[in-house]
Amino acid sequence: MASAAERASRAEDVRRYWALCAPALFLLLVGASGPLLIVVVYSFLEPGDYSGVSWRFTFDAWINVFFQKDIFDETWGVADAHLTIFWRSVRLSLLTTAITFAFGFPMAWFIATRPQKERALWLFLVTIPFWTNLLIRTFAIMEVIRNQGLLNTALMGLGLIETPIQILYTDAAVLIGMAYVYLPLMVLPLYAAIDRFDFRLAEAAYDLYASRWRVMRRVVLPIVRPGVVAGCILVFVPSLGAYVTPRVLGGGKNMMIGNFIELQFGQGRNWPLGAALSMLLLMIVMIALLAYVRVSTRKDAHGHGA
Amino acid sequence: MARENPAPAVEARAARKVYGEGEGAVVALAGVDLAIAEGEFFTLLGPSGCGKTTLLRLIAGFETPTEGAILLGGAEVTALPPNRRKVNTVFQSYALFPHLTVAQNIAFGLEMLDKPRAEVSATVAEMLALVRMEPMAGRSPAQLSGGQQQRVALARALAPRPRVLLLDEPLSALDLKLRKEMQSELKRLQRETGITFVFVTHDQEEALTMSDRIAVMSGGAIRQVGAPREVYNRPADRFVADFIGETNFLEGRVEDGRLHLPGGEAIRLPEGAAAAEGAAATLTIRPEQVRLAPEGEDGLAATVADSVYFGADLHLHLRLAGGAALVARLQSPPSGEAGLAPGAVVSVRFAPGAAQLLEG
Amino acid sequence: MATVRDFSASRMPGFAAVAIVAFLLLYAPIFTLVVYSFNDSQSVAVWGGFSLKWYAEAWENTAVQDAAIRSLVIASFASAIATTVATMAALGTTRNEAFRGRTFVYVMINQPLMAPEIVTAVALLILFAAVKTATGYTGLGYLILAHSAFCVPFAYLPIRARLEGMDLSLEMAAADLYASRWRAFRRVTLPLMAPGIAAGAMLAFVISLDDVIITEFVKSAGQDTLPTYMLGQLRRVVTPEVNAISTALLGLTVILLTAFFLLTRKRD
Repeated sequence: MASAAERASRAEDVRRYWALCAPALFLLLVGASGPLLIVVVYSFLEPGDYSGVSWRFTFDAWINVFFQKDIFDETWGVADAHLTIFWRSVRLSLLTTAITFAFGFPMAWFIATRPQKERALWLFLVTIPFWTNLLIRTFAIMEVIRNQGLLNTALMGLGLIETPIQILYTDAAVLIGMAYVYLPLMVLPLYAAIDRFDFRLAEAAYDLYASRWRVMRRVVLPIVRPGVVAGCILVFVPSLGAYVTPRVLGGGKNMMIGNFIELQFGQGRNWPLGAALSMLLLMIVMIALLAYVRVSTRKDAHGHGA
Repeated sequence: MARENPAPAVEARAARKVYGEGEGAVVALAGVDLAIAEGEFFTLLGPSGCGKTTLLRLIAGFETPTEGAILLGGAEVTALPPNRRKVNTVFQSYALFPHLTVAQNIAFGLEMLDKPRAEVSATVAEMLALVRMEPMAGRSPAQLSGGQQQRVALARALAPRPRVLLLDEPLSALDLKLRKEMQSELKRLQRETGITFVFVTHDQEEALTMSDRIAVMSGGAIRQVGAPREVYNRPADRFVADFIGETNFLEGRVEDGRLHLPGGEAIRLPEGAAAAEGAAATLTIRPEQVRLAPEGEDGLAATVADSVYFGADLHLHLRLAGGAALVARLQSPPSGEAGLAPGAVVSVRFAPGAAQLLEG
Repeated sequence: MATVRDFSASRMPGFAAVAIVAFLLLYAPIFTLVVYSFNDSQSVAVWGGFSLKWYAEAWENTAVQDAAIRSLVIASFASAIATTVATMAALGTTRNEAFRGRTFVYVMINQPLMAPEIVTAVALLILFAAVKTATGYTGLGYLILAHSAFCVPFAYLPIRARLEGMDLSLEMAAADLYASRWRAFRRVTLPLMAPGIAAGAMLAFVISLDDVIITEFVKSAGQDTLPTYMLGQLRRVVTPEVNAISTALLGLTVILLTAFFLLTRKRD
């Protein structure tokens, strides 16, 4: 069908395209994607004597993720400690998502309904914490909730409590911290969706006798749904893989998956188990992202055409 | 225009362009032959998707034809990239470089041709004068109005003295008043520079007022090439007749030198119309060539269905006995005169030589 | 005494109040941190007067100095490398027909955004541990390589956005006016995409400067950056010195971000 000249120019385009992408692909292959394949390999090896691995193939690490052998009677049982950590991670991540949505939706709505001139400023106010070092923000919230921190000092000063409430190093601290650090991730996609929302549609619904609540539920939410899904995924995924926040605010005990993985490469010295846990975490995140891609591409397939 | 060089300025030979392959392939240009003479103001006219822009892009070199060849001044350029063709384009969006001033935009092509500095600045000054934009030389394109941007785009494309200037719907972004102004401006520039203009538009009025010749395109093919009067008065087919101006179609059957309409009326065929006995044929007649027959003289009996007042004109929507619709555009009668209310029966006739017979 | 307010379809009762509270909650901790970095007293609970002594202390601490210089060196190299490859990739992936494999490139480039950082960190730990044993090299190269890689998507996105917003006919106009491919790039494409490149470089710089997890896993002994130094200092409480470093980093971030927004701001 195509002429020789057309084919030649297209072939040249394809060559140029790959040549331009090659350095980035190489860098990412060496510094990001490639090493993940090594992790897969390591998850099927035996742990080494001190650290690292010894090169013998086994499924032990994967089995150990879910089951453990009793030290005394050598029977297999469910790995309670692991499941507790998984469950805490999932529960805290879901709660974080819910809390950030509860605050984030009104925030996004508020920004989107400001006069055009003010919007950039409000958005900037959300963006600054978004780009501020996660560690710094975690320190900041720690200053507030620790025993001699702002919150307890204020409550005691008001005479509401006599002894400080222990928040730091509890699950609650981790939850507060994650909700605090990931809130901007919820607001930004929600804002993008609400900003595009045509408020004449809400007027039309009011005109057709809908109450405010029903306008929200029947008109607004279905239309801004891609933004809601994006926000929830953007909060849930990093929450599940959180490392810094639970480490700083949870102390040593209230671990999440991320900290438990680190433990395997540090004191635990079980690299294959750590590798298997990493892959499991990656798989959960990929499933969540795939679900998101399916939801979001259904609406506006292929953002830009020729 | 007789020139020493007989080769056409632009020539397309069986130029065909297909986008995509297999099932989803779209034929944008279905094998077009075209020759545009040196110094002509030539217009490619057609509805969107007719292939006129594709043809322009083939001439400019932004696309390679799937089959066929493109020639400029008799030399084949089919495989040459746009930067090695002596043609320049005025883009629909103007495509002025936003990071350069007006003068720098105009100088761009000359600099790319590595012209000496003195020549560049002389030509830029000349071009600025030509499009009357001297005071704007230092402005950035964002500071200009649409019409001013248009002039800069023209100056930029004319500065390297191309053999052919391609204009891709350049007036479509302007408002009506500015468009009229730019139409005469374009004509003036073409006269003064003597450069061949190939002008793409979907606006038939624009095409009729500006062009030396028009190619009417549809469905990737050229339907008719001719001077404006020719295309308007002697359309080659029903599409051309319909696309250019408003017209009436009367369908019937040819018998002994007359077109017999379904309602029983018979109309004498135009002189020179060759139609086989018994063949289906269509007669086309412009509304302004439909006249009311003076009382007592015979004509085609028609019933007024509606009369629409346009100020200077009065449009009569008529219905013939067989149900065929006919529109007559008449000069508005003096005020107070009535008598053409819906339901009135009138007698119409066609101006001599105005009707034309189309096959089918 | 009801006041009649115009009906507004965009008003939701309580939303503004929740939003304002949320903004306060968002800024109160950061504000506290900044304020107490200027506190003369050791205790956060007591305001001992304005003082720059924690800044002075941090400034004179050689460990902080080393970590700060190391952070800046890594961020400079990483953002330069990431921006270069991201610019090329953005040129390759925009303004042409969809190529087979374009999705693959998108996935590869955005992969660092998708995988949890702890997983990438572990993967790099494993890889680099093997390379360190094999080659004996323990320099900053590993950190620069790792940072360059995860900075690519951050550099890529604003550059790509800039290119996608660019009128394709500008490059066609350049070609039409006799510019070769290279000269069209030099004279038209590059100047027009420059703000996107600058924005991408700035984001990459901020992201590299802020990184904790990957740095923590990849660094060899004695290769602390500012964030990992601060994490290491954290045993029981945040010291005012860490507050001071945090505030300084915060200030740098705000400056870079303001520049970023000014660069990417839509032209009116």
